[in-house]
Amino acid sequence: MRTLKFLLQKEFLQIFRNKTLLRSILIAPLMQLIILPWAANYEVKNISLAIVDNDHSGYSQKLATKIFSSGYFKPAGAGLSYREAEKLIESDQADIILEIPPGFERNLVREGQQKLFIAANAINGTKALVGSGYLGGIITGFNSEIRLQWITPPRFNPAPVIEITASNWYNPLMNYKVFMVPGILVMLVTMIGSMMCALNIVKEKEIGTIEQINVTPIRKYHFILGKLIPFWVIGMVVFTLGLVIAWLLYGIVPLGNIGLLYAFLAVYLLAVLGIGLLISTYSTTQQQAMSLSFFFIMIFNLMSGLFTPIESMPGWAQVITQFNPLSYFISVMRMVVLKGSEFSDISHSLLVVSVFAVVLNGWAILNYRKTS
Amino acid sequence: MSEPVIKTEKLTKRFGDFIAADALSFDVMPGEIFGFLGANGAGKTTAMRMLCGLSKPTSGEATVAGYDVYRETDLIKKNIGYMSQKFSLYEDLTVVENIRFYAGIYGLTDKAIREKSEALLDQLGMTHEAKKLVSELPLGWKQKLSFSVAVIHQPKVVFLDEPTGGVDPVTRRQFWDLIYDASDKGMTVFVTTHYMDEAEYCNRVSIMVDGRIDALDSPQNLKKQFSVHSMDEVFYQLARGAKRTAD
Repeated sequence: MRTLKFLLQKEFLQIFRNKTLLRSILIAPLMQLIILPWAANYEVKNISLAIVDNDHSGYSQKLATKIFSSGYFKPAGAGLSYREAEKLIESDQADIILEIPPGFERNLVREGQQKLFIAANAINGTKALVGSGYLGGIITGFNSEIRLQWITPPRFNPAPVIEITASNWYNPLMNYKVFMVPGILVMLVTMIGSMMCALNIVKEKEIGTIEQINVTPIRKYHFILGKLIPFWVIGMVVFTLGLVIAWLLYGIVPLGNIGLLYAFLAVYLLAVLGIGLLISTYSTTQQQAMSLSFFFIMIFNLMSGLFTPIESMPGWAQVITQFNPLSYFISVMRMVVLKGSEFSDISHSLLVVSVFAVVLNGWAILNYRKTS
Repeated sequence: MSEPVIKTEKLTKRFGDFIAADALSFDVMPGEIFGFLGANGAGKTTAMRMLCGLSKPTSGEATVAGYDVYRETDLIKKNIGYMSQKFSLYEDLTVVENIRFYAGIYGLTDKAIREKSEALLDQLGMTHEAKKLVSELPLGWKQKLSFSVAVIHQPKVVFLDEPTGGVDPVTRRQFWDLIYDASDKGMTVFVTTHYMDEAEYCNRVSIMVDGRIDALDSPQNLKKQFSVHSMDEVFYQLARGAKRTAD
């Protein structure tokens, strides 16, 4: 115990003395939390739409006005021919072309039907799909408006219509940031925990102080605890600061029990620090530790359900996500923060993450040798 | 005469085909200053690392302070001090913080730590530098501090791996005063060096060539044996026969 006291004292002295490190531990993640949620936004907006109006009628004007007033589209050029619109797509100035054929208004009124043509630049598949979807929705809306104007509804509508009423649970305004902020916070805590811990130990290898430690009677678990505890505390602090920012800046207050979040975090940090520890036992230089950490963190981030839903990944990728501690904490964060989930809802994830913590740290301890 | 404090019998370390230390057998007596000489790559550091419990021998026997180097490395570590060629204090801690840390992990009480720190700073004449970061000290001071920290728990044996590399002659002389002082207090000093004037300061000297110990005696006897006037010449005669290239 006394040994541990001296080890902790030394670690904290070193951490607080290193102002650059302190800044990158505390300020950098908070900056990221302030900036990233605005960028990691999947709402498709500002789609450049090139309308090729071959009709120049009152209806085609009305349709265009309705589309641009929706807020999702912005016009790319005016009075375009189809050829010109195509050029705009090729030069990336337009995302979607809507072609209104000549006689649009006349056919609609006389024959009660008319076809429109939509072409989308599908390099960014999501943007094309969602954009065409929006456009389709607006045109359908336009369609029912003019039907109301022209057709006197009979007493019984001959064509049955299914009307849909949607209600958005847990995030009623469908604010993407509410969804992203808790996940991004988990990502930041993970990166800090694993990388700082790995780099710190490898630094001692590089400058040779670890050899001095190895000839002292310090036990393996003393040394490892002496490294884990400070970064565990730092992880807790960063997480708390993150919650404060989420509240102040994004108005996100966890619906569920905060104590439950911290209990999960406590175990989760052990798993993450275990990864750092393990990386440090396999690296001899900080450069190696850095590249190893990057490799794992990239995979962890992209396969965590943070940016893309795990359910839509292929089967083999879903299997990988089951071995990714990040995916458990991100889903737990979203559940507790947005839905107010309780212990029984997250107990399975807690169990899995505990197993990770035990296995990773056990492996690291076995692999850390005082004697070669 | 008392029991040897270091005793080795055919102590060997192989790395694959390479025999870094080849059947080393020697005894070191308590309070002795034992010089361990050899060209770069001769196997000095390997031998020393085995004795400190940092590296497992491939074969042979050895005890340090009465404990076995295979099974009792934890007990050995309680009874030795070690100063490696790489500077091993924490540069981002102050002088007193380093002293307190190492004294603490060797299990000294708070009272003992306070007294030791004061006495040590006094002896090194570093009272005014106590609160300075170690990185701000000149190399010679760092080395003296490093030695004092390595013996702060009064170990039975202290291992010094090229402790005076790159240090000016005056400071080296002062460093050896510290070594004599430790030896007077009953500590055994096991030291590797490339400076032949330092070899003369040792009670006995062993010279390693290509992983083997080719000579072992007091400096006087070695000079007589090779009929030369200085340790320099003894060293040349032996090291010239080395087949291994320096690392």
